[in-house]
Amino acid sequence: MKIVVCIKQVPDTTEVRLDPKTNTLIRDGVPSIINPDDKSGIEAALQLKEQCPGSTVTVLCMGPPQADVALREALAMGCDEAILLSDRAFGGADTWATSSTLAAALKKIGYDIIITGRQAIDGDTAQVGPQIAEHLGLPQISYVENIQVESEDTLVVQRQFEGFYHIIEIKTPCLLTALSQLATPRYMTVHGVMDAYREKEVKLWTLADIEDTVDKANLGLKGSPTRVMKSFTKQAKGAGTVLKDLSDDEAVAAIIAKLQEKHII
Amino acid sequence: MVEFTLTKEQQLAQKLFRDFAENEIRPLAREMDETEEYNMELLEKMKKLGFFGIQYPKELGGEGADTLTYTLCMEEVSKVDASTGITISVHASLGCMLLEKYGTEYQKEAFLRPLIDGRKVSCIALTEPSAGTDASAIKTTAVRDGDHYILNGQKVFITNSGFADIFFIFALTDRAAGGVKGMSLFVLEKGMSGLEVSKNIPRMGIRAAQNCEVTMIDVKVPAENLVGVENKGYKLAMEAFGSGRIGIGAQAVGIAQGALNEVIKYTKERKQFGKTIASFQNTQFKIAEMQTKIDAARFLVWRAAKAKDNHEDYASYAAMCKLFASDVAVQITRDCVQLMGGYGYSREYPVERMYRDAKITEIYEGTSEAMRMIVAGKILK
Repeated sequence: MKIVVCIKQVPDTTEVRLDPKTNTLIRDGVPSIINPDDKSGIEAALQLKEQCPGSTVTVLCMGPPQADVALREALAMGCDEAILLSDRAFGGADTWATSSTLAAALKKIGYDIIITGRQAIDGDTAQVGPQIAEHLGLPQISYVENIQVESEDTLVVQRQFEGFYHIIEIKTPCLLTALSQLATPRYMTVHGVMDAYREKEVKLWTLADIEDTVDKANLGLKGSPTRVMKSFTKQAKGAGTVLKDLSDDEAVAAIIAKLQEKHII
Repeated sequence: MVEFTLTKEQQLAQKLFRDFAENEIRPLAREMDETEEYNMELLEKMKKLGFFGIQYPKELGGEGADTLTYTLCMEEVSKVDASTGITISVHASLGCMLLEKYGTEYQKEAFLRPLIDGRKVSCIALTEPSAGTDASAIKTTAVRDGDHYILNGQKVFITNSGFADIFFIFALTDRAAGGVKGMSLFVLEKGMSGLEVSKNIPRMGIRAAQNCEVTMIDVKVPAENLVGVENKGYKLAMEAFGSGRIGIGAQAVGIAQGALNEVIKYTKERKQFGKTIASFQNTQFKIAEMQTKIDAARFLVWRAAKAKDNHEDYASYAAMCKLFASDVAVQITRDCVQLMGGYGYSREYPVERMYRDAKITEIYEGTSEAMRMIVAGKILK
């Protein structure tokens, strides 16, 4: 089985800083990590590989050159191959342009199973995975918590659905979006780190490498239909009001009155 | 060339050590100190990830990294738990180093490979009740008997002996010649008849490390387990501990940085007289001074590691880094307890443990006084 995991390098903080002019993320000076849902996806892929001998795990990332280290980490965890999609033409992409670019690369790589994270902790859109599946015309299951290999071309997948689970059978090729709960990512190993730099490589793919599988109108900032109207840092709210010495009924009445006063209900 | 930055692979390895230390070791450190027991599951995890064979070639079963990468491991684990630091160091930088350099093909396959590929753990025994800094005063004997040697004697303060599979033992093969000219090194295996290990010796710090007495009564050891040349063991002992000091320097840097990190966090939160104690100039000056000393110590460690990797004469660099870093660790952990006041003294926070742990770095693998002798000897020769 050929498994491809799409990962994103994200800032290691919940305080994402935005460039007020371009409304895009400022990455400089912020420590970066592999997006947590994506890292679980890597672990799930490595477990599938262990279950199905002969399988390979390729990890794919679109990002600036410094995303190389995220791919090296994936290699040090045990992935076989890494590809960094990096070109100025891809810069400033929204989810549409990102998924178009990744899908174009995936057509070149080939796949049986594509795993993406559910969503990234910086953008929180949860759109890229499902969009890739649409671009490629693949069946998809999102919010995946468990994957079992049923037969050579069939998986049984447990997906989270509000308070319930769906157990779904799916034929490969397919796309799954992973929740952090799917698998606890393993640590790199020391020799894995050494191999990641000495034995393995991160292949750099630019626009030239996917030119024939992508519509250039769908790339980068220009190919992004989403326009951010305004970006701003959330202001801290004032201290809450504490209502003391009320009976249960009085407390409920006071809360409802407050909500009505604020036009929330 | 002077280098103060890590390579990309060293940085990624550092991330591995840091993530592992924070997530796996930190939660266990206090309990291990209080119970004086090392957590064996933790040990197994580290063995699997390759922490016990970092600086050894892949062909022999190691991880293929360099000595500098090993010091990064020592620093990161010692930031949260110095006992883990010494457990790795004693195993990885002493007996294994000697086997790599002087071992026969048989010894490399039979003993070194399982030690550095994560299957087995080792200890090394030189110190005896009457032989500390004067290592030549050992009394343990090894008497040739056909294809074997018969070992008798008592070793003390042997780190890792509580759970070691392989024991590197220094013994006199020529009593008349004495320690310097009559000492040899042997590989003993757990379970050999007559090889006994006592309970953990109660200590001030690094209490989770398993540091016991090792007694040998008529232990029959195959002659092929002699490492190097008979009667040339003293030189091996000096070489092993000379190399081990780089790791102890890194451990001391880790203890100091770990304590300072706690203090930085604490002083930014703790308020007195209406403001955080980090906003007082006394705290700021103290923190600036402490970080400067730690950085200086770290660079001495890196210099020694780099010299070893470059096959230069590193003995005095290793002695300097241990001398300076251990002194820094003791000073800084003491100052960190002081900055945190009563909370620093309480066992609720880790700095009191770090203060207790720091002291041993001035003593083991050569006391600070012995380090001064080595450095002065190099300068004045």
